[in-house]
Amino acid sequence: MFANPFKLKKLGILGMNDRNINYIGKHNDRKNFPLVDNKLKTKKLAQKHGISVPKLLGYIQYQVEINHFEDYIENQNGFVIKPAQGSGGKGILVIVKRDKDKFIKPSGEALDYNDIKRHISNILSGLYSLGGRNDVAVFEKLVDFDDAFDGFSYEGVPDVRVIVYKGFPTLSMMRLSTSNSDGKANLHQGAVGVGIDIKTGKALNAVQFDRPIKLHPDTNKNLKELVVPFWDEILHLSARCYEMTNMGYLGADIVIDKNLGPLVLELNARPGLAIQIANDIGALKRFSLIDTLKNSNKSLEEKIAFSKENF
Amino acid sequence: MTSRNQILLFSIVLIITSIALMSYKVKVLNFPIFQEETTNIWNIEAKISFDSKKNQSALVSMILPKKQDGIIIVNEESSSADYGFTKRKLNSTNKGVWSKREIEGSQVIYYSIDIIKDKYYKANLEAEPIEVETMEVPSVMVQAANSLLNKIYDKSSDSLTFTSLLIKEFNLVQPSQAAKMIKNNYMKTAKEKRDALVQLLNKMQYKVRTIGALYLEDKQRNIVLTPMLEVFHKDKWYLFDINNGLIENSSEIFIWQRGSQFLLEAEGVKNSNVRFSVTKNIVPARNAALSKDLKNQSTLLDFSLFTLPNESQNTFKLLLLVPLGALVVVIMRVIVGLKTSGTFMPILLSMAFIETSLIPGIMMFILVVTMGLIVRSYLSHLNLLLVARISSVLIVVVGIMAFVAILSHKLELEYATSITFFPIIILAWTIERMSIIWEEDGSKEVFLQGSGSLIVSIIAYFAMTNSVLSFITFNFPEVLLAVLGLIILLGRYSGYRLSELYRFKSMVK
Repeated sequence: MFANPFKLKKLGILGMNDRNINYIGKHNDRKNFPLVDNKLKTKKLAQKHGISVPKLLGYIQYQVEINHFEDYIENQNGFVIKPAQGSGGKGILVIVKRDKDKFIKPSGEALDYNDIKRHISNILSGLYSLGGRNDVAVFEKLVDFDDAFDGFSYEGVPDVRVIVYKGFPTLSMMRLSTSNSDGKANLHQGAVGVGIDIKTGKALNAVQFDRPIKLHPDTNKNLKELVVPFWDEILHLSARCYEMTNMGYLGADIVIDKNLGPLVLELNARPGLAIQIANDIGALKRFSLIDTLKNSNKSLEEKIAFSKENF
Repeated sequence: MTSRNQILLFSIVLIITSIALMSYKVKVLNFPIFQEETTNIWNIEAKISFDSKKNQSALVSMILPKKQDGIIIVNEESSSADYGFTKRKLNSTNKGVWSKREIEGSQVIYYSIDIIKDKYYKANLEAEPIEVETMEVPSVMVQAANSLLNKIYDKSSDSLTFTSLLIKEFNLVQPSQAAKMIKNNYMKTAKEKRDALVQLLNKMQYKVRTIGALYLEDKQRNIVLTPMLEVFHKDKWYLFDINNGLIENSSEIFIWQRGSQFLLEAEGVKNSNVRFSVTKNIVPARNAALSKDLKNQSTLLDFSLFTLPNESQNTFKLLLLVPLGALVVVIMRVIVGLKTSGTFMPILLSMAFIETSLIPGIMMFILVVTMGLIVRSYLSHLNLLLVARISSVLIVVVGIMAFVAILSHKLELEYATSITFFPIIILAWTIERMSIIWEEDGSKEVFLQGSGSLIVSIIAYFAMTNSVLSFITFNFPEVLLAVLGLIILLGRYSGYRLSELYRFKSMVK
């Protein structure tokens, strides 16, 4: 039923308490959290630093503006509405296409104007944000995702999560949506996590609901065959997110657009632990290797080179 | 110093302080650790009765007891309707004086004291002058006494052995002729016997004094002070019972009077007398420790919760349990890793369970939340603003609670109205959050978090209703320091959670 804690320690597996005290608490400065927690701020900051992100269509801050939401999506076929301060993928509404007055979700479910308005209203009331604070609804262009993932993802945008520790890309996984996860890429909602080799961008291992799997549950595609394109660019992008936010323990979520290449979808100051299961690698081993480096004032290129060599 | 060591030091200081305070209260102030411990408080009541004399004002005075080693007087009071009462000290003797200008018919005055035995208690009396009482031996007795005293003198070594042997002599089934003569003529009552013994001891030049005392035995009514005597040896007085000899263990005896003055003096009245009654009351040891200490003026207790009025004491009894609930929540989160909906919702829930009792509480909680979720799923179609929607849920929750109360009252279920103790706002938020979780993460997550909250609140309920724990938190509020220290320590626990041992199981091959 339970694993031996000493064996887990030996494998270098990072636990929740350890993560909260020794990684988030120590390396992530509280004052930088809003940069990461607020997706609107992240997006603006990224644009300033020249980091590519999905196009911002607009945002709604007050309830009275809700009726004009169409202004933002006029020429868009697919779009995403998300709360700026949502956590754990809560409140993200993905619309893949429009059919006359209907908005079609990845599952094929059709929503009408009122459903969209209610969703925006909920976001503004703070239903999805931490502590119920009033929030902002952010509209962004739907990513036209790359063909490389055809058959690996079911009704949703697959993304790459890279854990960046002190600027070193340390662990990585691909998050693939399933019918369970309703087009979302959050593992606790049922998405599949595929560990990705930092060196090559190739699949290592896959999990769903914290248990290893071999095939995608909806498409039956062999997950080991997955190869992430633009791998070097993804590593660069993630390492630059560290320089942008100064968060020592950061999760960067990156999507690959067919036309635009890798884009930073969002950043996470409290990345989860499932990535270890997806990689079948304990994070602590890699973190402590980085900690032993005497000179951590390396350039971005040197850090990436170090990661590629050692992980 | 690293922050880790600081925290370690800080919490250890907290825990040690708490333990030190607790053991001080247990060892020195005799606070009980367990609820069952009881102590006896002895109530001794002197009943002074007399009749009025025509046109005369009454002045009654009685000797009052002094402090004595091993016995603490926790309360002294005179209950005498409309008598003036004063205390006086005359030649190191305490006297109570009652006075009234006009009296009519027979009168009764009560004077009662409460005492607790405490073998560590020292009365700290100023060194008393050694008053020796002398009583002349009646000349008729001298002849008989001389031969008796000489015989005992030969067999004894000092005043104590002499007194013991003398008392023994009068207890013999077949006493000597001399003893028999003295016994028959001069020892008709207990008081006479004591006086005769004192006279005989005086004759031997031993230092003796008379005592009026009470044996601490339960349910004694209308008794008089038992005559006893004290004999001086080396630098101490030794107490003797006139029938049983030397008293080794004086903790069973309460000395009311020393010396041979009259116990009661009365002017302007007739037929006055004093009778005593002794009653044993069993009280929780805590009460005893408290009343004892209010006497000793311990500053520790001056700032204790017991100085509060009863009503707020009861509030604190409940409030002091909340940290225990918090400790349970922290343990379940940090060590076990259970998911709950809302961090402290389980504590509020378990406080509601305390009022409703567990099983009905759980049933009502499940009922209210289920019905609330059904109503909420309809409300979500109405496209309301969040605040309005939660307020609607709130009203629905109140309605459901009223309905449940009425229904269970009609069904004659006794816990009908206790449902009102549920924190309705917390329930409304719980329903709201659960319905969101339902939409976002599915019913499985709702079930997980709902049952997680229930499990934590049930454990917190058992921790908070445990009589030993609640007794300790109320009597030793300093335990909170230890709880605080423990929670701070847990706040730095970076090891695995129990749930993670399950979660990462697949990684261990």
